[in-house]
Parts: sequence; structure tokens; C-alpha cells
Amino acid sequence: MTLPPQAPNAPPVQPIFELIEVEQVFEVPKPGRPLFSRDTVGLRALDGVRLSIRKGTSLAIVGESGSGKSTLLRVLLGLDKPSGGRALYRGKPIGEARAQGTDFARDVAMVYQDARGSLDPRMTIGAILAEPLRHFNIVPPEGEAQRIAHLLDRVGLPVDAAERFPSGLSGGQVRRVAIARALASEPSVLVADEAVSGLDVSTQAQLLTLLQSLQRDMGLTLAFITHDLGVASYLCEEIAIMYLGRIVETGPTDAVLNAPAHPYSAALRAAAPQFFEPLSEPLPGEIPSPLDLPKGCRFSTRCPVAQSDCQSKDPQLGKLGSGRAVACIHPITQA
Amino acid sequence: MSIQTPEAPTTLPPAAPLDTANRSRRSVFVRRPFFTIALIVAVAYLVAAIFAPQVAPFDPVQQDFNVMMQPPTAAHLFGTDSYGQDILSRVIYGARFALIIGIFAVLIGAAGGLVIGLAAGLSGGGSEWALMRLIDAILALPSLILAVAFIAILGQGVDKVVIAVGLSMIGPFARTVRGDVLQVRVQLFIEAAQLMSIPYLRVVWRHVLPNVIFPLAVQVTIRISEAILVSSSLSFLGIGVTPPTPDWGLMIAEGRDFVSFAPWMSAMPGFALALLLIALTIVGDGIREEFDPKLRKDP
Amino acid sequence: MTERMTDVALPPVLTLRDLTVHRGAAKILDRVNLSLGQGETLALVGESGAGKSTIAVAIMRLLGNAKIDGTIELAGEGDLLALTERQMVKLRGQRLSMIFQDAGAALNPSYTVGRQLSTTLRRIQGLSKDAARERAVELFTSVGINDPEGRMSAFPHQLSGGMQQRVMVAIALAGSPDLLLADEPTSALDVTIQAQIVRLILTLTRERGASCIFVLHDLALASQSCDRIAVLYAGQVVESGPAHDVLEHHRHPYTQQLKSCVLEIGTKTLTAPEGTVPSHAQMPPGCRFSTRCPRALPRCAGEAPPLVPVRSTAAGPLDHHIACWNPE
Repeated sequence: MTLPPQAPNAPPVQPIFELIEVEQVFEVPKPGRPLFSRDTVGLRALDGVRLSIRKGTSLAIVGESGSGKSTLLRVLLGLDKPSGGRALYRGKPIGEARAQGTDFARDVAMVYQDARGSLDPRMTIGAILAEPLRHFNIVPPEGEAQRIAHLLDRVGLPVDAAERFPSGLSGGQVRRVAIARALASEPSVLVADEAVSGLDVSTQAQLLTLLQSLQRDMGLTLAFITHDLGVASYLCEEIAIMYLGRIVETGPTDAVLNAPAHPYSAALRAAAPQFFEPLSEPLPGEIPSPLDLPKGCRFSTRCPVAQSDCQSKDPQLGKLGSGRAVACIHPITQA
Repeated sequence: MSIQTPEAPTTLPPAAPLDTANRSRRSVFVRRPFFTIALIVAVAYLVAAIFAPQVAPFDPVQQDFNVMMQPPTAAHLFGTDSYGQDILSRVIYGARFALIIGIFAVLIGAAGGLVIGLAAGLSGGGSEWALMRLIDAILALPSLILAVAFIAILGQGVDKVVIAVGLSMIGPFARTVRGDVLQVRVQLFIEAAQLMSIPYLRVVWRHVLPNVIFPLAVQVTIRISEAILVSSSLSFLGIGVTPPTPDWGLMIAEGRDFVSFAPWMSAMPGFALALLLIALTIVGDGIREEFDPKLRKDP
Repeated sequence: MTERMTDVALPPVLTLRDLTVHRGAAKILDRVNLSLGQGETLALVGESGAGKSTIAVAIMRLLGNAKIDGTIELAGEGDLLALTERQMVKLRGQRLSMIFQDAGAALNPSYTVGRQLSTTLRRIQGLSKDAARERAVELFTSVGINDPEGRMSAFPHQLSGGMQQRVMVAIALAGSPDLLLADEPTSALDVTIQAQIVRLILTLTRERGASCIFVLHDLALASQSCDRIAVLYAGQVVESGPAHDVLEHHRHPYTQQLKSCVLEIGTKTLTAPEGTVPSHAQMPPGCRFSTRCPRALPRCAGEAPPLVPVRSTAAGPLDHHIACWNPE
């Protein structure tokens, strides 16, 4: 994620989020331990993450199970403190930023994957939207009803939705409410965890066009977790691909997907269903457990082009041409 | 169909029309005939209790030694007891006492249970452990025994019975509330609210409490019958309300010695008690089935 | 995908005629007509509420209390709907078999996977305990489970999603059925495992000359894996035929809409369709897509268009068919 070309002598622009060698290790019971023992083993959910998110970018965070993307999200939001490394928001550690009043919470809003679960079933939609409006003092009480109507309109819901309860809305409508609530605090960063997965393609299309227009109109910085490369390609300019707790490739979405540098990115690309392409040769085996990371490069056990030194060196994300980075000793593209 | 370009208007065509409210609400009474019958019976008791002075043919404590221990006749539909008091009137007034004691006792139990259950469910760690062991200790004793113990401290009388039964019900309520609190606490919308940096106590007040009160209300309706039974048992044992209060338990006890030749003295209040308990239990079950699954279910 | 259109000498292995399913007041399948040739794979695609899973479950006669009209003809057995439950029990596992989306939920958590497979083998093939165990290990190997001997004693929750699905495939194919129904078999899996499982299912069914019906919501995956596709909307078949015809030369407006929502890598423009599927109370008696169709004519809402061949030179039920009064 390099900076856009600047005028000479211009001060460097600080990224909104910066993660430096972030680690998150959970102590979990050692598998197969005897009944009364307290042996634990470290589950490295995040193992040396380097990430920088610039203001106004839309970033897709892509990974399969065990990649650590949900843990990464929690670190970005300040819900969990990383056990190692530094996680910064506008240059300040995220934990501190969160503790200092409500500015961080107002500025960074989240849309959950389980949109319905994230809404209080006993509150009307209007009350759900009013909560951030009041808490952050966005509008005076007189203007509240109007703002709620505006938010509902913005996400394509009828105004009378405000009187309804979440149980009376469909899955797609509930997602819209979740988006409306996130927007209520007028954030500059929107974080979404699989916000459009599990939906019909037509509902998904509706929500994606909504998100894209919102992002463009409001200049939001978007961090979008998804497993769907098509969604990432449509919605996000930049992409970060994760595998077993580390970001293994970043760069502009088109560049990375058209000419992947990391063999895992290439495998993901090939595995994504495409019209009438023959079914791809899948990656062999299963994703290793994060409890037992492979020696050397974490992808070496499944990599189709692994070489002998891949099992002894553990590559970290390094620059590869303009705006791209890869964590691979022998990348398959030199950008 | 509109062709949307990247510069499309910023709002979308509205989502599907919102589903009109549940059509199933009215048909509950059709779907559950036993529930409807039980509800009618329970409401009849309630009406009789409220309008006792108008409904009862006699004053319940009016003694008439000319008609002592008479079997049911046209004048005294349920017969008379050993003091010549009309049993029907006493049964009707007894409904009043039973319901008052039952409802207030349950409210005391629910209030106490809510406070303790919330404290236990929210605290976690050592204090939760301590509170739960306290509740376990209380729960180890059956409500009746506990009520007896409280009566021994407080003395007899209607108000003392209400307090004693109420206190003895705090344990079960606390356990239920704690379970609900634990379940609600880990729901995603709680985390979503905390994500907005809303202070924890406010989250509890605005999000945890409303989601716990409703199941509690359902529990309240179910446990009224239990409260009535405990209070009647206390009166039967002679340590509840004092004579000549027309309490069913007391009436059953008074008729105990005369069962062989004046069975109506015990039988009438006994039937009344049994019928009300059955009706309340069915109503409580029906309410629980109607509302609880919707609370837990993911629509 | 080879063109099988001209193999009309072989009668279809499965034919659904006017299959209609009512659940209460709702008509969840409306006169569904489908055919499946021997050794073919058919994809049922559509969005939620389209009825695709219902069709699969109906074929297995596992629908429970629902009113079913029409016929489901399986080659050699006649109309499945006319059979008794006892006769169906014999067929399940031996001629018909099904795998489900969430393998973890479909497997019994209290028994080891080896035991579940052996039990199925003993029931279907009457094998002895040892013979069943041997055969189970063979089947585990054939579905790509490494260390098959060791995995026999694993419980479902100890296996990954992909492994669980492999076990399900092994159980489903234990009796060498002629027809395998797969209801969204990969939706719950990671995308790199998804390709493995789909390949596995296709390879094994092809080896045995069996036919396969995939219920999918992913059109692209359907194109990659299936010979023929049937597109469903709200319980009605709107278009069916060879995969290439249906996806590349589609005639039905809904197929067009569905295809336009598929996001391939590199898609930058997206046409969001309007509206949603009407609720059952508001379903028009005719074509159910008419409420949203850009090409709807006045007659569409009242009169349901029949499923007719696209080309007048059509040879049989396996050709490209659509149900539309105003096709593109």
C-alpha cells in the first residue's frame, strides 16, 4: 500500500490504520491433555501482520478459515488487544484511542456478518437507529426523527420501517438496517465482516451497489472482509490476502487478481468458480491447524511451487513493485 | 428495468414491502382449545374474586348455628360448615385471598430474583460463584419448608404469608434470571452496543434488562399457581392465615375431622383449589409455548 | 461438458411431471417438469424460495406433511410417489442417495464416522461386521480421506468441514446408487476445499455411471460442473436445458437477471435487480416472475406459460426449454 504520488516536500499522509508485526496468541488447552492438567498451547491467530490502510481506500481482506481475518477485525476495532506488535489508529495505539472518550467509536463503525444478531430484538428499528444518534449527539432531539427517516431512505428502506421490529424484516432488510446504524454516527471508517455473504445474488447485488455508492459519496474508508473474490473485485480497490494468521499479499485488487504473486493468491483465484472454465486443480490437503504452524513458510506444505528453502525461511510481507507486497521467497510474478 | 451506471442515484429501489403483522395472533385461541378453556376458567375465578361481595350469596364469616354442617341444598349450594357459614361464599372469598396472596408473593419473588439473578449473571468470577452458591443453598430447601421457616420468624397472618411465600420463591426466580442474563450477555447486539463505547451499565439497562424482563414475566404467570399452593399448604398446616379468614387451605383443614359425614366441607374448597391450579398451569404452559420459542428462535 | 442432447435412445433416468407441492396454503412447487438422462449431471439453480431443495427432498420422499401432486418417475421403479414407505426405504441408499449442505449437522455426533458408514453398508449390502469395516476403509480411501484406517474411529466433530463432507459422500455412495442428490454440498466450505469436493463427487459418480442432481445457488459453479441446468424461480421452472444453451443463449428474462448478478473477477458494473420475490399470499397465479419482469405482458400474471422447447426442431425432453410468453 504505497502512497499516491505527492508534490515534493509535502508532509507524508498518515494512514488511518497501521498494524506493525501484530500478533495475537490465544492460550488454548493442549489437545489430548489429561483431565486435570493445565497444559496450554499457543494458538497463533495472528502471526506477524503488517497492514496499512490509507484514508479513503476500500480494502478487501480475503481469507479462508483459520486465516485470522476475524481476529484481525477485532484488533482493528479495539475489541481485543494484540499480544504482540503495535496496532495504531491515526498514529495512536487503538486501545488508547478507544479509552479516550467516544471519538474512536464514532469514527469507526462496524457491520456484522450476523446482522440480525447484532440488532436488539426488543427494540424498534427507529430506536436502534436513534441509539447512536443520541449517544454521539449527532443531531438535537428535534431533528432525530428526520435523520432516522433520512438514514432509512439512504439504505433503501421505507420510512415506516422505523416502527417495525427486526423480526418483521427479511434478511436483506436487516442488513440494510445494520448498515444504516453504522452510518448513523457519521463514521469515516466502515468495517464490514462478510456483510453480503449468505444472501441471494440479487439481494447481494442490491447491497453491493448501495455500499459502493455510499463509499463514493461519503468518502468512507472501507475494510471489507469477504471470501468472495468477485465481491472484492467489484467493491474494493485494494486487496489483502491472509493465510494462517499472516497477510501474504497486498496490492491493487485488479493487479493482484490478474497477476497474483503469491501461490496462495493464485490458488484462490483459480478456485473461484468462473463460467465454463474447467474445475481447477485444487490445492492438495487441508488447511493446517493454527495450533501447529508449518516450519518455514506457512504455505510450504501445500504450495505447488515450493522449493527446498521454503521450509526453512518464514517470509514476511515485503515490497514487490509499485503498491504491491508479497510474503514469498519465490513469488510467481515479479510485478 | 433501470440500467444502473456507476453514477447511479444514491438510493436504491425500496426493499420488499414489509410483512404485515402476524396473522397468527388471533388464532391462538382456536389453535389451543385447552388453553382457551383454562383461560376462561382462570378469568372466571378472577372475576369472582374481584366481585366477591356481589357474587357471594352470604357473608363468609356470618355464623348461623341453625344450619350447621348441612349438605348442599338450594339455599346453600356448597353446604355449610361447623359454624353454619356458607361454604360457597367462603370459597368465592377464598379465591380472593388465594389470588392476592399468589400474585403478590410471586411479585416479591420475581423482584428479589431479578436483583440477585442480575447481580449473579453480570458479575462473573468470584462474586458470581458466591451468589450462586447462596442461591443453591436456598434452592436446596423446598419452598414449603422455607416458607414455614419464614413464618416461624414473621408470625401468622395474610401479609406474613405473602412475605414468607414470596421470599421462598426468590431462589427459583434468581436461577432463571441468571440463566437468561448469561444468555443475553453473549448476544451480538450487546457487543455491538459496547462497540459504540456505550458505558456498560447503560448497556445493561437498555439492552440486557428488556430482554430478561420478558421471560421473567412469563415465569411469573407460571409460578402463580405454585405460590397459591404453598400458601394453601401453610394455611392447611395451621401456620398460615388465621381463622376465620376464608382461605381454602384453612377450610380444608377445618373440614378434615368431619370428612366421613360432612365431606363437602373439605371437598368444595379442595376442588376449587385444584381447578384453579390446573387452569393456571395450563395457561402458564400455553403462554410459555407461545412466547418462549419466539424469544430463542432465529426467524 | 459433452453435448448429450442427441442421446435420445436412452430414456431419461428420472422424470418429474407437473410436480406440485403445497405446504399449508403456500404452493412451494408449481408444476415442475424436469428430466435427467443416464449418467448426466443436472444443476438446479435459483435463489432462496425457488424450491430447489424441495425438489431434491421430494424425490427422496422425505417431505413430511406436504401435499404432493404430479409424478416422479425413476427408471425401473415407476412413480416414486406411488410407492409405500417400505418400498422407498429399500430404494434409499441403493438407488437414490442424498448429501446435504452441512455435513456436520447431518452426521450423528454420537457415533464414529467409521461406525456410521459400516452400519449403512451392513444395512444395504448385508455384509458381516468385518467385511463392512474393510469395505468402509476402501470407501474412505476412494473419497480421498488420508489415513482411512485411523479416521474410522474419529467422531464427526473431530474432522474438518471438508473431511466431514467426504464422509458424507462415502456414505451416500456406499450402496452404488444410480441417482445422487447433492443439496448445496459445498456452500459451507472454504473455496479451495469446495473445488476438491465437487471434483470428487463428479469423478465418483462418473465412474459408477450414476446421474447426479446438484442444488446450487452459484451459477458459475453450475456451469463448471453440470451438463444441464434448470433455473427455478419461486417454485416454477423458468428455463432448462444443456448448460451452455441456458447460460450463453438464455431466453428467459430471469435467467438474464440472475446471470447479471453474478460477480466474476473483474466485473466493475453491476445491475441491481428491483424488488424481491413476492410472499406466498401475493403470488400471481400465472408466471411468478411477472411482478418484477421487465418484459412482462398483461397475460403473464394470470396465465402461467408452459415449458416449451426453444427450437422447433427439438428432439426431446433434454433440450433447451423455457416457460415464457415474451422471451428475449
